Amino acid sequence: MIAVLALALGVVLGVVLDPSVPVGLQPYLPIAVVAALDAVFGGIRAKLDGIFDDKQFVVSFISNVLVAALIVYLGDQLGVGGQLSTGVVVVLGVRIFGNVAGIRRHLFRA
Amino acid sequence: MTEHEHTETGTGWPGETAEPTDAGWPQPASAPPDVVDAVPAEVTETPDESETDLNERAAESAPPAGPGASPAGSAPRAPEGAEPPADGAQRAGESVEQTIDLSRARPGATPPGGTGPRRPRLTSAGALIGALTALLGFGLAVQLRSHTTDPTLASARQEDLVRILSDLQAREERTRQEIADLEERQRQLTSGAQGRQAALQEATQRADELGILAGTLPAQGPGLTVRFEAGREPVHAEWVLDAIQELRGAGAEAMQIAGGNRTAVRVVASTYVVDADGGIEVDGQRLTGPYTITVIGDGQTMRTALNIAGGVVESVQQDGGNVTVHDPGTVQVTALHTSTPPRYARPAK
Repeated sequence: MIAVLALALGVVLGVVLDPSVPVGLQPYLPIAVVAALDAVFGGIRAKLDGIFDDKQFVVSFISNVLVAALIVYLGDQLGVGGQLSTGVVVVLGVRIFGNVAGIRRHLFRA
Repeated sequence: MTEHEHTETGTGWPGETAEPTDAGWPQPASAPPDVVDAVPAEVTETPDESETDLNERAAESAPPAGPGASPAGSAPRAPEGAEPPADGAQRAGESVEQTIDLSRARPGATPPGGTGPRRPRLTSAGALIGALTALLGFGLAVQLRSHTTDPTLASARQEDLVRILSDLQAREERTRQEIADLEERQRQLTSGAQGRQAALQEATQRADELGILAGTLPAQGPGLTVRFEAGREPVHAEWVLDAIQELRGAGAEAMQIAGGNRTAVRVVASTYVVDADGGIEVDGQRLTGPYTITVIGDGQTMRTALNIAGGVVESVQQDGGNVTVHDPGTVQVTALHTSTPPRYARPAK
């Protein structure tokens, strides 16, 4: 509940404040958002499975974001930033799909 | 005392993990050392596994009947249940152990305190999760905003920008080349128009000359008038014809012959002169005397040609006619010859 409210609050804040993304963060923000989405979906699924752990959620959230940003940064330094970003997005997308499938099984029994 | 140290030192999530023990400890004092041992062990264990991920563990424990979740991927979960039995069983055991541990901690916390133990969970862990999700929402909104407001260049990657720049430069080069080609062509067309104008001017001038020569245009210039009058004899056509030939030989450029009845006929290459009743007939027109030939050309030469010994004037006067030559300066040849297109002659290739 808190998480949902906080998510809505964050969206509202982002829409209202409308800050401009710093140039240095521009390549990382979308990847970080996708990674965080992956962690959130995993958390929802774990919650439905009844094995949700606060600490694990926080750790996975932060580590997902940091690792994704690190990979993109590394890719930029190596000159393959675009390809690595695509790879990260693909992997995270596959995981999100898996988690959503688990959530779906819980919610709809199908 | 140790649990107090846990909660105080553990700012953030380590403190959160210590909280269930904190909540659970004072009341179920039956087995404190056991729980103390168990909780740090799990604390040290969970980070290792949480790096692999929370979701994979969720995938493993989600279908209890078929725990085929290989740690590498989440997709081949359901069908192959017996494939990784040892690993799956071990992991399932771990997760079961953890759930048992959590469940053991929770009932220990809830029954005695009631609402008391829930408060700290909401304040620390919930706040952290809330902060993270708020951050996620914020980042999501910002990213969507920046992406929609400036979809093209500002959010583009550096190598993409370099590529776009090089593309634009190549296009600029091509466009410049095209501009140069078009300008060159425009120049050629302009010069062509000038040449065409010159050609048109020349053609007009030539048409004028040919028109004067063919008798389709009026002409004026220095020249003479030659007047034939009847003497003892009426004016014969051959006299007029002789005079016309003589004038042509002397360089006449345009001629007309007018009769006494004000009828004038342009003398061109096809003009014929024959005798007719009461006068002569020139190009089908009946003329009566006296006759006046108006001719444009070099007056001195033509006068000399007419007055030469044995020439037109002398022979006509011998035959009983009367010829007078005047030099009025500028004369006008206004009679026109209607040219008919040739019926048989065609330009030779």
